[in-house]
Amino acid sequence: MNTSSNTFPVKIKTNDLCFFYGATQALFNISLEIKAKQVTALIGPSGCGKSTFLRILNRMNDIIDGTKVQGYVALDGQELYKSSTDVVQLRKTVGMVFQKSNPFPKSIFDNIAYGPRIHGVSNKTQLNELVEKSLRRAFLWDEVKDRLSQNAMGLSGGQQQRLCIARALAVGPEVILMDEPTSALDPRSTAGIEDLIRDLVLDYTIVIVTHNMQQASRVSDDTAFFYEGKLIEFGETRQVFTNPAQKQTEDYITGRFG
Amino acid sequence: MSHPNKTSFTETLCFGAMRLVTYSVVAVSLYIFLDIIFKGFPVLSWNFLTGFPSKGGSEGGILPALLGTFILVSGTIIVALPVGMATAVYLSEYARQGRWNNLLRLSIMTLAGIPSIVYGLFGLGLFVLYFNMGQSILAGCLTLACMVLPTIIVTSEEALRAVPQNLRQASLALGATKWTTIYTNVLPYALPGMLTGSIISIGRAAGETAPILLTAVAFFLPKLPQSLFDQVMALPYHLYILSTQHPDMDKVRPLQYGTALVLLLIVFAVNSLAIYLRISIRKKFRW
Repeated sequence: MNTSSNTFPVKIKTNDLCFFYGATQALFNISLEIKAKQVTALIGPSGCGKSTFLRILNRMNDIIDGTKVQGYVALDGQELYKSSTDVVQLRKTVGMVFQKSNPFPKSIFDNIAYGPRIHGVSNKTQLNELVEKSLRRAFLWDEVKDRLSQNAMGLSGGQQQRLCIARALAVGPEVILMDEPTSALDPRSTAGIEDLIRDLVLDYTIVIVTHNMQQASRVSDDTAFFYEGKLIEFGETRQVFTNPAQKQTEDYITGRFG
Repeated sequence: MSHPNKTSFTETLCFGAMRLVTYSVVAVSLYIFLDIIFKGFPVLSWNFLTGFPSKGGSEGGILPALLGTFILVSGTIIVALPVGMATAVYLSEYARQGRWNNLLRLSIMTLAGIPSIVYGLFGLGLFVLYFNMGQSILAGCLTLACMVLPTIIVTSEEALRAVPQNLRQASLALGATKWTTIYTNVLPYALPGMLTGSIISIGRAAGETAPILLTAVAFFLPKLPQSLFDQVMALPYHLYILSTQHPDMDKVRPLQYGTALVLLLIVFAVNSLAIYLRISIRKKFRW
């Protein structure tokens, strides 16, 4: 979508990254660079490792027993898998939005305030400001400003997903990971989320996993195509979609498999 | 066309049989309840509830037994609830899932099915004799706690597992630590289920005789217990004495019914509390 992607600094870099679930290797020698304030789409058939890769970036795979990471992953030059890494700090910096919207069964306000609160913000005025700012940033404020005390489970699917985005924004991240954020939404809500992604990328680095080829081509600047745990092709989205270097990529994006 | 008719006939027969069985179960329970209520109710009085038994249980009230059961149940709750819930949290949230964990879970489920007299003997051996507590409130509470722990652990763990995984993930992804996540986003939603299961199992323990028979209760005590190391009287054991050990069974029949009714009411009250807690907490949280 942009013409000068080379000017964006690298935010996340991986080199020869391998990942194991027990004895099963899920990722093989992934080396790529994710640029700051760009949308990077990860595409590929189910089980290709794209979600696994995404969850390495905020160490969410840690919660699965028996997983192992090998190789180099770094955020702003800081390696993620070192014993000195503060996982709490990492997850504050690298936020995540999930496939199925997962608001807490609490009020809209408490959902957004949850992150700031656990990180020590207790000042009421400050919380109010943070909640409003985050909801505005996620294009949700006008729809919910009169019912902040109502349960978030009463929102529509698209609103819930934007709430989850706002909740992630409230802790002040630099990177936002999105794991198929629109796969459970209707086309209109999907369009809303895509507009939001294009707007958020002005301030944040976004990595999005998607099954939807059109979505990848619409929202992303760079695209990485994964297949069977390997990175087949990585480059500017326009390049990957109009003139893929690999036969497998072409077959996948033209719908011949996957 | 005979085939569908035949199936529907078999079906009617099966459902009829099931209905019959269900109704007979209900009828039997109802008969027991009504029998106890009608024959026990006239005995209930302030003097019955607050008096000491006299003349070897032939006359007087049930105060020491009532109070004893109350103390035993409270002590059991104090010991078993925190330990059981903490174990459940550990098993479901922290422990590495795998064969070892499953084995442990299976063992706990097996423990839940062990006859209560076995717990009584265990308590006698461990608390009364080995730890030298003697027959005492403390030994009785600990024995009852051992008996209800497996049920508390199993039901609490089920309640914890019923909390959707994605709530934990959402919280962790915001940078919450594991404990913060459990404390703010798992326990509140699991609590109704944990409490209900636990309280119902403790209610059942209130009516047990075998575990306290060898560890805590006395046939008769002239005064109320003064410390944790005293023996107590208890309703189920009092009832057992009245209905099997008394020389003139027919004379104390009304007292037996009165005691049974009070015991029944206690268990009923405990279970109602559990149901009330579940409904009122569940109303607050929906997902």
